[in-house]
Amino acid sequence: MRSSPTTLPEGCSGAALAARLLARLRTYGGPPVSLMEVCGTHTVAVARMGLRRLLPTGVRLRSGPGCPVCVTPVEVFDEALALAAEPGVILATYGDALRVPGSVGSLADVRARGADVRVVYGAAEALALARREPRREVVLLGLGFETTAPGVAWAVLQARREGLSNFTVLSAHKALMPALHVLLRDPELAVAGLLCPGHASMVLGSRAYAPLAQTYRVPCAVAGFEPEEVLLGLGCLLDQIARGEARVDNAYPSAVPADGNPTALRVLGQVFELTDSRWRGLGALPGSGYEVAPEYGAYDARRRFLAGRTFPGQEPAGCACAGVLRGRVEPADCPLFGDRCTPHSPVGACMVSSEGACGAQYRFREV
Amino acid sequence: MSAPVIDRAHGGGGVETRELVRQVFLARFGNPTLDRLDDAARVDVPATRLALTTDAFVVDPWSFPGGNLGDLAVCGTVNDLAMVGARPLVLTAGFILPEGFPVAGLEAIADAMARRAREAEVRIVAGDTKIVAPGCGPFVTTAGVGVVPEGVEITGSGARPGDAVLLTGDVGRHGVAVLSRREGIGFATDVVSDVAPVAGLVGALLEAGIAVHALRDPTRGGVAGALNEIAAQSAVELEVEEERVPVTPGVRSACALLGFDPLHVANEGCALVVLPAAEADRALALLRSFPQGRRACRIGSVAAGPPRLVARTVLGSRRVVEPPAGELLPRIC
Repeated sequence: MRSSPTTLPEGCSGAALAARLLARLRTYGGPPVSLMEVCGTHTVAVARMGLRRLLPTGVRLRSGPGCPVCVTPVEVFDEALALAAEPGVILATYGDALRVPGSVGSLADVRARGADVRVVYGAAEALALARREPRREVVLLGLGFETTAPGVAWAVLQARREGLSNFTVLSAHKALMPALHVLLRDPELAVAGLLCPGHASMVLGSRAYAPLAQTYRVPCAVAGFEPEEVLLGLGCLLDQIARGEARVDNAYPSAVPADGNPTALRVLGQVFELTDSRWRGLGALPGSGYEVAPEYGAYDARRRFLAGRTFPGQEPAGCACAGVLRGRVEPADCPLFGDRCTPHSPVGACMVSSEGACGAQYRFREV
Repeated sequence: MSAPVIDRAHGGGGVETRELVRQVFLARFGNPTLDRLDDAARVDVPATRLALTTDAFVVDPWSFPGGNLGDLAVCGTVNDLAMVGARPLVLTAGFILPEGFPVAGLEAIADAMARRAREAEVRIVAGDTKIVAPGCGPFVTTAGVGVVPEGVEITGSGARPGDAVLLTGDVGRHGVAVLSRREGIGFATDVVSDVAPVAGLVGALLEAGIAVHALRDPTRGGVAGALNEIAAQSAVELEVEEERVPVTPGVRSACALLGFDPLHVANEGCALVVLPAAEADRALALLRSFPQGRRACRIGSVAAGPPRLVARTVLGSRRVVEPPAGELLPRIC
């Protein structure tokens, strides 16, 4: 196998380019390996183009914990449901989070019964809502990795600048790196190559994966989301494996700088502090949760409205989301998949979210 | 003096109601049938077979890039008639307006309706106005009557193995344009709605003697929803080649941003046409002779098989395309 380029060839696009990159991928002659994608948008892109079955013999691509809604444990949705039930509260969140079941019901259920739950596209929209509704408490259920967390941090800083006292964040934001360490240490998974997310890497920078490549001798490649970009990233991984190398290839240099976005990282560090945090599927991971720092306690919904209350969180019975998020269980191997659990009537978070591994595999199932 | 707004008196049935009807509606929709202002319109119908449809329009926001509620209220109903091969004849319109709604807004809606009615060669012959408490709306309901030409049998159950599937325009523009202006979602895009009547395109196909088997306008639920319906009604397998479905760069990037599949996003100015494969080239040439149909293309085919929609992916594999579930909501990142 020749050395894989990290940029797309010019003068060729769409289906023809994808076919060319796939043909190249299929020349892989190395040992059987498991690769992992850790970004929900990659999960969808891979399922949508029907790639899994076309991979070279012996090469598996597993989905990791890349879907922000999916890794958020049930108790966070219980917290959000409790807040949405408070009079005067507007609970703002992203579309994916609406239908995820808490221990009892979802935000969509309580909205249908009169709770004021609003779908926002980003933190700035929630902030605008707080400005427009000065007599209401606007609580933003913040979810996601380093992709979305800086925007929420910016909203908190902006709220303080404007003296807005009716805007708070219920943070379920998570740091990507601690989870990647856990996965790469897992002997059962034996991840041989990591397809690194495009969006989160815009903030973190491609260089952030270098310690992973060095520590675990695992090839890493940052990739974009178009079919040809995903194929390019996977090509980088297989090429490194075939040559016995382990480094970080940036196959998405048009969007991802080596050092990421220093401004975003700065506001993230200013407003949030890293604490131990529970992940669906991975359990409690040290230093993996972005909690609102005490200095910004006035904007922390947990501190202001939920102090002293605990939410045990009850996972749905029989749901294999935990195993799916760890890459140990294929969605189709869950006893509920496609039968009791479908996008129309989801049981687990991985089926609810548009980026969940189960939802993607069900919606884009091959024939 | 501040701009005039709708108030309760406009729905009271008295002087104010009559003034509103005269100044806003008759001034724009006027025709001999409507101008009589009888309780019901009497219409001479040159046919033995009629198509009849009704629709309610509640789009939020009521004005969006490329159109407004009025464009939808006429085009939506005209297009529903066209989808059974009918030539649209007359429409009725009901207006449910919130108290405080600017009269200028209502005029903009009525202007759009009048313009679209002229374009689709349809008359608005009866109407009603109700005023409700502020907080929601405006809403418009329309009903439409069309004439089905002799020998035309177009139905969602008409697709047959061996047919070709054509699409008369690019997809996703309406849904993206509306969402781009919705409270809480708004984003910057230059995408404008495709809202337009397609009755002219359909009429041209029928006049040319092309044996259309099935038609559907991919509104809510998008192309995926409409083709799943045809597959189920006709008990056939439909296959689309993903690469061939025309999507503009603006729609593609907005969908990537929001996590939407362009096949799931609503359209208001294009149609899916199922017809014998042998007629496909002639139909495409005809469609492309209209400005609105210049991006018409063949996107797929019909085969015997389980009733479902499958897509041939960019890599050549085949996957199921589900109809969309629930409301389309923007995802996290």
